[in-house]
Amino acid sequence: MDRREFNKMLALGLAAGLSLPGMAPRTQAAYDIARFGNVHLLHMTDAHAQLLPVYYREPQVNIGLHGALNKAPHLVGEALLGAYGIAPKSRESHAFTYLDFVAAAEQYGRVGGFAHLATLVKRIKANRPEALLLDGGDLWQGSATSLWTRGQDMVDASKLLGIDIMTGHWEFTLGTDRVLEIVEEDLDGHIEFLAHNIKDLDFGDPIFPGHTIREMNGVPVAIIGQAFPYTPIANPGYLTEGWTFGIQERELQNKIDAVRAEGAQVVVLLSHNGADTDIKLASRVTGLDAILGGHTHDAIPRAIEVKNPQGMTLVTNAGSNGKFLGVLDFDVRDGKIKDWSYQLLPVFADMLPADKGMAQLITDIRAPYETQLNEVLATTEGLLYRRGNFNGSFDQLICNALIDELDADLSLSPGFRWGTTVLPGDSITMEDLMSQVAITYPAATLTEMKGDFLKVVLEDVADNLFNPDPYYQQGGDMVRVGGLDYSIAPMADAGNRINAMALAGQDIDPSRTYKVAGWASVQQVEGEPVWDVVARWLRAKKTIDTLEVNQPQVMGISDNAGLAI
Amino acid sequence: MKVEPVGGMARRKFLRVGALIATAVALPAKLWAAVTKPDAAFAATDLNATFAALGQTPTESAGIIFTTPDIAENGAVVPIKIEVDESVLPGVSRLYVMVEKNPNPMAAMFSVVEGSKPYIETRVKVAQTCNLYAVAENKEGFFMASKETKVTLGGCGG
Repeated sequence: MDRREFNKMLALGLAAGLSLPGMAPRTQAAYDIARFGNVHLLHMTDAHAQLLPVYYREPQVNIGLHGALNKAPHLVGEALLGAYGIAPKSRESHAFTYLDFVAAAEQYGRVGGFAHLATLVKRIKANRPEALLLDGGDLWQGSATSLWTRGQDMVDASKLLGIDIMTGHWEFTLGTDRVLEIVEEDLDGHIEFLAHNIKDLDFGDPIFPGHTIREMNGVPVAIIGQAFPYTPIANPGYLTEGWTFGIQERELQNKIDAVRAEGAQVVVLLSHNGADTDIKLASRVTGLDAILGGHTHDAIPRAIEVKNPQGMTLVTNAGSNGKFLGVLDFDVRDGKIKDWSYQLLPVFADMLPADKGMAQLITDIRAPYETQLNEVLATTEGLLYRRGNFNGSFDQLICNALIDELDADLSLSPGFRWGTTVLPGDSITMEDLMSQVAITYPAATLTEMKGDFLKVVLEDVADNLFNPDPYYQQGGDMVRVGGLDYSIAPMADAGNRINAMALAGQDIDPSRTYKVAGWASVQQVEGEPVWDVVARWLRAKKTIDTLEVNQPQVMGISDNAGLAI
Repeated sequence: MKVEPVGGMARRKFLRVGALIATAVALPAKLWAAVTKPDAAFAATDLNATFAALGQTPTESAGIIFTTPDIAENGAVVPIKIEVDESVLPGVSRLYVMVEKNPNPMAAMFSVVEGSKPYIETRVKVAQTCNLYAVAENKEGFFMASKETKVTLGGCGG
């Protein structure tokens, strides 16, 4: 049985109990976490609809600047291992870093998968029956089946998984009507959807409840939901017409004060702000015991203790794609938190037998779509991944396909952080492609753009990534470019970061018009869905050589623990 | 009295600031002099010239609580809110909103009728990323708070 067959069996939940020679010892005991304290919160985030186990390569470039310099989450590779005392080449090293990715992926297998996650949740809950399972959003988007079922597959799976409370971001790209339909009809009585920072644009009335108070072992625990504050900016505004978002720090402070006044002894923000924004927020807002964060897909092994004028707030971020489960325990006595414990557990599919009920649900969800999902489009000779500040090889593939298929001079692809990884030698299926592009605004476009406007575009995105103030960042990565060389100075002021733009050795002429291919426009545009464009290109190519990834020249920073090139 | 840009303001939102406008309209004629529009300040094309037309560069004050979005959801209609802590800044008679990099920074002026609370919510157009200013005037002079609002092309998040 080769690795691919084995993985297929894992996916089907058949591998439980299998023992393969040469594999690492199956130390399931690693998941037996002793009960601590009396308030227990399990946290997952940014699953991006990955129902089956996946490969997901953590970033090699995740630059932190200013106050975030060389601190979590801006530590990659060896720097991360050193900071957290993780042994090189260990399972944990594979979970938290990109190091030796291909060899480690072959050794340790896939991560996540709802059937395996379900087993882990049950195991953690075995000695914490009262625990709440919280999801930080980006749960209903990111796969073919989630797109084709308009989120229904994930709604059904998350109800079966036992998620108690959630907030959102990409959920909203299903459109307000669909989101409200799910919340009112499917989630009612099962999952509380919280977002204190989404209001009606006209009157400022809340769209969703902002918080909930649950009693756990006699301790009133308040959970406040913070949806992604920049949804109508980072994603098409027309999909959330009539709703306004924002960080809403003052309103949050009022909310915290109000739930404290109601008697909450533990107050937690379930946040989709992104790690840097959460760290800043934690330093300014008082009365929060923890921020359980997501959005930036940062797998931070330990909770960050952030001081504020009246105490300390724990900030966590629980990675993405179902790869991790956070376990936060508080020991509350006489109304006060005496101690706490946090662990971020990597979900190794081969160490957690598939939960039968969840495996069956996943099989049922996929059954009508198996033919489309399993279509082999091509084979890749190199590793295909997305995550990284500037580019990834799967984005390069998309950029190359766009240039060829749309006959463009150059191409742009959004700096999303979701999207799974395909190992060298593996086939690229339609499902793999969809895990990179499954969005509700997929039109591929060819735009005529002057050279000077191209610079404006790159500068705009660069400022969303490298603005010194996290409240002005949006939490995505740099727009990916196909065909274009450039340099970037992250520390420079807005508008002055991008230089040396060139196409095939020729400097970009500010006044010349270029044909620029792209997709995922936030404007309402017409165009063939990007998956059809890329699938056509892949079918014709059959084999994809190891791709040379367009990386900009990074200027003006050195000794940065978030940059390993 | 000038409120810009009324045209871009959703009707119901307009009604919300309407109460304040109505008080201005209902003023006795002899008080109209007090709410005369400072034309030169509205015509000025940069911030310093705007302040000069008002007669004074405002002093920073913690008594003005100015709320604007960090990043605008739509630069054409950016919601802003000015609140005044009257224990710090008593007797405010006028509030002004300025958008530094707009062709004419002065976006709006509000007269505060004596006995009413100096509080406004409105929407302004912000042409590009820049500082917004909330200026309050009382007998002591001009006071301000500022905050940057970023205007972005959007996309690429997440």
